[in-house]
Amino acid sequence: MNNHALLSIKDLFVSYGNIKAVKGISFDVHEGEIVTLIGANGAGKSSTLRAISGMVPYTGQIAYKGTDLRKMEADKIVALGIAQVPEGRGIFGNLTVMENLKLATWQRKDKPEIERDFERVFSIFPRLKERSNQLGGTLSGGEQQMLAVARALMSRGKLMLLDEPSMGLAPVLVREIFRVLKEINQSGTTILLVEQNANMALRLAHRGYVLETGTIALSGTTAELLGNPRVKEAYLGG
Amino acid sequence: MADKPLTSQPEKPPTLERLRAGWEKIASNRKALPIALVVGFLLSFAIPQFELVNPYVQLILMYIGINIILTISLNLVNGYMGEFSVGHAGFMAVGAYISALLTTRVFPLGSGAWLFPLAVIAGGVGAGLVGLVVAVPSFKTRGDYLAIVTLALNMIVKSVIENIEAIGGPRGIPGIDKLTTLPWTFFWTVLAVWVIRNFVYSNFGRGVLSIREDEIASDLMSVNTRQVKLLAFTISSFFAGIAGALFAHVLQFISPRVFDIIKSTDVLIMVYLGGIGSIAGSILGATIYTVLLEVLRPLGMWRMVFMPLVLVLLMIFRPRGIMGLREFRWFIPYRDLFASRLWRQKKEVPDASA
Repeated sequence: MNNHALLSIKDLFVSYGNIKAVKGISFDVHEGEIVTLIGANGAGKSSTLRAISGMVPYTGQIAYKGTDLRKMEADKIVALGIAQVPEGRGIFGNLTVMENLKLATWQRKDKPEIERDFERVFSIFPRLKERSNQLGGTLSGGEQQMLAVARALMSRGKLMLLDEPSMGLAPVLVREIFRVLKEINQSGTTILLVEQNANMALRLAHRGYVLETGTIALSGTTAELLGNPRVKEAYLGG
Repeated sequence: MADKPLTSQPEKPPTLERLRAGWEKIASNRKALPIALVVGFLLSFAIPQFELVNPYVQLILMYIGINIILTISLNLVNGYMGEFSVGHAGFMAVGAYISALLTTRVFPLGSGAWLFPLAVIAGGVGAGLVGLVVAVPSFKTRGDYLAIVTLALNMIVKSVIENIEAIGGPRGIPGIDKLTTLPWTFFWTVLAVWVIRNFVYSNFGRGVLSIREDEIASDLMSVNTRQVKLLAFTISSFFAGIAGALFAHVLQFISPRVFDIIKSTDVLIMVYLGGIGSIAGSILGATIYTVLLEVLRPLGMWRMVFMPLVLVLLMIFRPRGIMGLREFRWFIPYRDLFASRLWRQKKEVPDASA
């Protein structure tokens, strides 16, 4: 589509043994955008994110700012500026909130910048500041999700990959998380959002792709997708 | 809140109350640890010099020190990193043999006492290298596989030594000088505790903890998990080698049979008895286990019935060990201490904000 894409994916195949989870998808994410991948369970959404972060082997091409990510190890990809908020949050339960956040700066050496990022993260999530000495596992589900997003911010992600941030959260908390995501996007972070909650995701994002059994079934701006009768029937509950 | 007397505690005897207050004072005193170290070091010289305790007790003290080194080094991998290594005696054997060969065959006669530190370091480095060689392939897999690889390593080391006639084969190395002294044991024990404590509380150490908590998330947090695992495992086997070297020069006779899987199991027991992920727990676990085994010696055969029973009971009533995932205040760095104290207060008064 465009050579200036922040993230460009071409012919991505991911398989686990004989099971093909992703069957040749291609799409681009441009700087400043919120792009969402929606689809049912097993559509290949999470596998796509895992491939981008270097967590699963794949064929095809994934490039970030023109650099090929294929041969890179997961920790190097994070250092490039791709931060993933994993499915199920991946909070370190026996470590404090502060330690959780510090881990995201593991490879960073720029101390004053890290201090500034802490301030920024705490201004976005004042709750985390209150609980900075509490163990991650004792936080509520919503707070854990906020911590997971905060960690991604601390690793200086230019591109944030979110794997079902709404999972297991009350609607009021989902709205809160999505409000924060919008704020983060407006301050310059590009977001690739994987969601089952298609309604919320399409309202937040600029563009969307509908995944069905490993291939892209539909794509377009979110306005188009929201108006599409097929999307309405299958994902928005009629 | 403050002027209201706590209603649940007035029946307690005042002596117990006083003891507790005294303990609290010692535990919260940051100067207590350096003082204890200096006193301990002086004592380690004074005890053999003036025969303050009999040689048998001195021997036990040295075993305690060696076992603390073993326990704390295994705790780094099994407790802090959450992997399951079961072949610690294998690394111990490497350290013991390298150092014993150096002091009995290589070093000139009579210089043993002076060159002993070198022999110990050589033993540690040798074991560390073997650890690195084992870690590179085995950490490509996760979880149980490391247990199998380390178990196999323990067996391999034992049979290799048994089959090399030049180093005594199954007969082992007799006539090693008793070079391990109480001050040396004290020094190496403190060094092991100090190094591992500082490692665990460093940025790298936080990476070690994150691997235990959630390895995938740890990768996604930019932690180079491979590098962290290799380093932690190498440090762990280095200190196992140090302990092996000290052990050889207390026992004065080593054979492959000393370093079999039972020895590895002993270390595992001390780790899980004291509690995973805890410096204080490692020290307690090693001390209690060593002393208990000696105290129970008169029971003879029944000792091996009693000890496992203690462990079964412990696992039922304290499944994480004595200090599992908790730490004694002396070992927590000052910057982290405040955090843990705040956390404790919050836990005791959950609705303070409401």
